[in-house]
Amino acid sequence: MADENWNPKIIAIICNWCSYAGADLAGGARIQYPPDIRAIRVMCTGRIDPLFILKAFQDGADGVLVSGCHFGDCHYLEGNFKAAKRMFLLKSVLKNIGLDDKRLRMTFVSASEGAKWGSVMTDVVKTINELGPSPLKEFAK
Amino acid sequence: MAEVKNKEARIGVFLCHCGTNIAGTIDIEAVKEYAKTIPNVVVADNYAYMCSTPGQNKIADAIKEQNLTGVVVAACTPRLHEPTFRNATKAGGLNPFRFEMANIRDQNSWVHMHQPEEATSKAKDAVRIAVAKASLLEDLVPKSVPVEKTAMVVGGGVGGMQAALDLANAGIKTYLVEKNPTIGGRMSQLDKTFPTLDCSQCILTPKMVDVYRNENIELLTYTEVEAVEGYIGNFDVTLRKKARGVITPAEAEARGIVGGGCTGCGDCATVCPVIKPNPFELGMAPRKAIYIYHPQVSPLIYTVDFDACVKCGLCVESCGEKKAVDLDMKDELMTVKVGTVVLALGYDIFPIEKKFEWGYKNYDNVITSLEFERLICASGPTGGHLVRPSDGATPKRVAFVLCAGSRDNTGVGKPYCSRFCCMYSLKHAHQIIEKIPGVVPYIFYMDIRSFGKMYEEFYYRIQDEGAKFIRGRVANILEDPKTKNLHVNAEDTLLGRPVDMEVDLVVLAAAIQPAAETEKTRRLFGVSCSQDGWLLEAHPKLNPCGTTTAGVYLAGVCQGPKDIPDTVAQAEGAASAASIPIHRGEVELEPYFAQCMEDKCAGCGMCVPQCPYSALALVEKDGRTVMQVTEAKCKGCGTCGGFCPGGAIWMQHFATPQIIAQIDAFLLGGEQ
Repeated sequence: MADENWNPKIIAIICNWCSYAGADLAGGARIQYPPDIRAIRVMCTGRIDPLFILKAFQDGADGVLVSGCHFGDCHYLEGNFKAAKRMFLLKSVLKNIGLDDKRLRMTFVSASEGAKWGSVMTDVVKTINELGPSPLKEFAK
Repeated sequence: MAEVKNKEARIGVFLCHCGTNIAGTIDIEAVKEYAKTIPNVVVADNYAYMCSTPGQNKIADAIKEQNLTGVVVAACTPRLHEPTFRNATKAGGLNPFRFEMANIRDQNSWVHMHQPEEATSKAKDAVRIAVAKASLLEDLVPKSVPVEKTAMVVGGGVGGMQAALDLANAGIKTYLVEKNPTIGGRMSQLDKTFPTLDCSQCILTPKMVDVYRNENIELLTYTEVEAVEGYIGNFDVTLRKKARGVITPAEAEARGIVGGGCTGCGDCATVCPVIKPNPFELGMAPRKAIYIYHPQVSPLIYTVDFDACVKCGLCVESCGEKKAVDLDMKDELMTVKVGTVVLALGYDIFPIEKKFEWGYKNYDNVITSLEFERLICASGPTGGHLVRPSDGATPKRVAFVLCAGSRDNTGVGKPYCSRFCCMYSLKHAHQIIEKIPGVVPYIFYMDIRSFGKMYEEFYYRIQDEGAKFIRGRVANILEDPKTKNLHVNAEDTLLGRPVDMEVDLVVLAAAIQPAAETEKTRRLFGVSCSQDGWLLEAHPKLNPCGTTTAGVYLAGVCQGPKDIPDTVAQAEGAASAASIPIHRGEVELEPYFAQCMEDKCAGCGMCVPQCPYSALALVEKDGRTVMQVTEAKCKGCGTCGGFCPGGAIWMQHFATPQIIAQIDAFLLGGEQ
């Protein structure tokens, strides 16, 4: 790990209906998890243009989490399927530009899975801490 | 789609303490001072409860005084108070969609309770991100759509019947869809109800008749939901009317058979040679291949079980001139348009044989409480005489095993409390004491949960009547192969010693679980479920009848275990909620529609198949091919916007520049 003062900057783009609700539920249950992730709410993970994620990495993000509904549970029927396909493709792009594809993760957390949201948060922070700062950080401005 | 003028943005930031919920962890003063340094912020304020009237007034006043173009409230979650603060924004004279919320409670102070510094820093980031978005928000106008003046209730148990009756009596044409050949549901299988000991059928069958006779209810039994399209106010529900093999008098008239159709006389069943177990009696009594569940069914129309029918034609012959039996009938699909939907899908009994240590299905004299209901019921297979299945003898020692599969963290059973088993087991104890002289009921319990009105009093009464209570979970049940008696092994946790009780009959108060069709049906309507499969309400406290799908409401056990009074109460609540949009005549849809930016659109059409609602189409406009959105079909998911290779789709309220601004604000702005 490079810098002792380094704290990972991780952005989570999550869907309104499942993962955002699951994150709220984790709050209601007072499940404690590391405070390194900032969430942006969209209505559906299908809304997530891969360019948003590339922009986040360009801005120096150490990790990006995309979280939506379980397959078959999407509020908009199949937005999460389409998001998952895009994330799968995007991971290979990340590898090609020299980023570890573990820096991008897609999870499926339902509105009733507060505890799972807590463990996802903990696990993502652990993964990014192990990977260290993003190599793109120095180019970010 | 307005051109966004970032430079002119004037944002007000309002921080909520939520008592100590937020302020107990996050340094509100520090966040407020920080907020004042964020670009575009012209005012930052805080208050103990922003959602209260004085808090909302602060927002409205600041909008007028500071001529704000956008409002940020850092408080709980938009899923709770976004509507509240949108109203406050509107009260200040600003378009309500110029409001953005920063979640600093549910996703911050509550989950980082022991890290105040990090939580404060996260709150600063959250405010900065929200300001970035608020600076780019635009005026939006919700779209009003007319509401179809009809409703649908799925499930014809006591909850569904009550909801349908309430809707119908409020003047709304209601379709009541039931998968079984009759309405009545679980309640019609019960003998008596606790704590009043009313005969279940006696209070239920009049309601069944009311439903059948109500002019505003179209009763669709033996029918299942096949597909659902549309949105609140305009659902198109496709129903599968399963081939019943028997026609009603009305259908007969339509076919030109004068005075024909099923009258429920039963001549057909008398001659039918095929015998099958009756599922209504849990397989403990026979029925024919042409059958009714029980004499009180509604509608009183026979049904052919085509899986069992050998098509001998004896029933057709015996029906004679009525010509009610049609063995060539096929399933029919029909589509109805409804404004709102109530789901009352009910429950199934947990397959308690999975808890093999209790020997259900292995030992003859271990039965479930629903089987007990049928055996003790005067109209049941034994005419109300409780007998041991092994030898038909009357049991003198009966053990009731509570929490059978409920409150079970072994992974085999269910972790939740099924809520009504304690009370019906007390009722069962009373019933055998009443019917069998000298009988002793032994109730093995963990806790007796007698939570309702007059329930605790009923518990005392059963204690006085002589039921024996043993506090301890039953470890296993063993059968004496000669006598078929059962040895119930448990620990009496009050006396601190093991118990080995020999009894004649064991009744397992089996857990309940969502009905088998729940999963399929909820997906058709886009309703979420909780971890154990019960349907998820919109808010556990403040919106227990609603769902996250606008226009779809919940009634009864499908939302979580509850007894009959609670089911009926929730059904009335759901019916009331479902009638509101219909009586208003129109609903406002959140204006998160996709818009095509025609100057950027290349007309490639790749977005069109992305839309799950067929809201997008290519059209010719000024000699070019461009995409066009049908707003009424668009639900605002943004899947097209996330895909368009040219960035030509503007997702209102979640536009690309707005989201990029949020990302930049987090990663490039603020304290690096």
